[in-house]
Amino acid sequence: MLSRRLFVAVAAIATTIGFGSVAKADALGDIEARGTLRVAVPQDFPPFGSVGTDMAPVGYDIDMANLIADKLGVKVELVPVTSANRIPYLQTNKVDLVISSLGKNPDREKVIDFSTAYAPFYNGVFAPADVAVTKAEELAGKTVGVTRGAVEDLELTKVAPAETVIKRYEDNNGTISAFLSGQVEAVATGNVVAAAILAKNPPKRPELKFLIKNSPCYIGLSKEQPALLEKVDGIIAAAKADGSLNAIAQKWLGTDLPADL
Amino acid sequence: MNYQFEFGWLFEYYPQIAKGIAITIELIAVGAVAGILLGIVCAWVRALGPAWLKPFVAGYVELIRNTPFLIQLFFIFFGLPSLGLQLSELKAANLAMIVNLGAYSSEIIRAGIQATPRGQFEAGASLAMSPFETFRHVVLVPSLERIWPALSSQVVIVMLGSAVVSQIAAEDLTFAANFIQSRTFRAFEAYIVSTAVYLVLAILLRQVLSMVGWAIFPRRAAR
Repeated sequence: MLSRRLFVAVAAIATTIGFGSVAKADALGDIEARGTLRVAVPQDFPPFGSVGTDMAPVGYDIDMANLIADKLGVKVELVPVTSANRIPYLQTNKVDLVISSLGKNPDREKVIDFSTAYAPFYNGVFAPADVAVTKAEELAGKTVGVTRGAVEDLELTKVAPAETVIKRYEDNNGTISAFLSGQVEAVATGNVVAAAILAKNPPKRPELKFLIKNSPCYIGLSKEQPALLEKVDGIIAAAKADGSLNAIAQKWLGTDLPADL
Repeated sequence: MNYQFEFGWLFEYYPQIAKGIAITIELIAVGAVAGILLGIVCAWVRALGPAWLKPFVAGYVELIRNTPFLIQLFFIFFGLPSLGLQLSELKAANLAMIVNLGAYSSEIIRAGIQATPRGQFEAGASLAMSPFETFRHVVLVPSLERIWPALSSQVVIVMLGSAVVSQIAAEDLTFAANFIQSRTFRAFEAYIVSTAVYLVLAILLRQVLSMVGWAIFPRRAAR
């Protein structure tokens, strides 16, 4: 909540004192002239972005940044940001793109533009292959683990039938442990958490049964930069078509890209 | 301080609290009865039992008394399924509390047994009672009477310690407070209510235990 308020405040200030007009130059031309693409990436949000053993940032978003810079034929400059300051960095022209597991919402759309989606970000109900569930109604009589108070908890409580046994754990680790030790048949959680379980190569592999809430990640760029937007969208479309984006998803999320992305 | 207290959620969430209270009472009722029985058996072994059994009981008591209750609970709930023993969260919580109180109460009860004057055992033997009969009819009740206040405190401690079973999603009183807190964001009020309920429960539990004491220790009642 604080971050959103901060962001709105910063956005308001930025608009009033005219940072918006500074960014209205031709961003694509600037990038090509400079020879580097400056990208805001997360460093505290694995698997999208974290600091590797050699202290360099690694993750889905970093691979995505490299891919785009590569296709533009320029070098990449990674700028570590937090979720609170990633949009101000873009608005003050400190970066050209925000590739920082950024979700789209109307508030943000007022101040920046978004590319097409480049990464899946959703929560849903996950269970091993042998659990036959395809929609919320079929959870009746099943035991589902969830982290108490998380978005999944609130949504699942709304959609699951009354006969569903919902076990609410204190944190994600409790939910994961309950799933892996067989205390619950299914878990409602985010695809990132499911990816973290898959990365450990457990005997029980969580597969997505149905979506609860879908909010994929988009690349953020300054408003009114049609040339750059078109270029970035083109690169994303090409990466989807030739399988290189799917390879990144396999590497960091352990699953194929969903068909609707 | 200009915090605005808001207890309106009580109307919506009191079934959760009632369920939480019921589960906490169930946990301590089962835990106390079975735990004290286990404690009596272990105390008998350590004070008077066969020599070959003593190291096993001593190992159990020391293992439990020197590890955190939360870890014991996680061991039972998340660990044992790997060995094929799958317990629901309530059974796991029951077992953890029995095992925990069993270890602590055995040491308290052993103190009571060892404080029994030598002459009592000899009196039993002179009436042709076996050592077990002497323990059962002569030693046990006065031993328990001696340590009953300490044992009562231990039971209350275990009841209060049961708050951590919410960590394995057992829906006790603490779970209810956490649940309400995560839905209404009225953390202060939710914990005020749960604190008050725990306080009342602990005082009632003490009353119940002293009434049990009066019932099984007739000499104390006569006093």
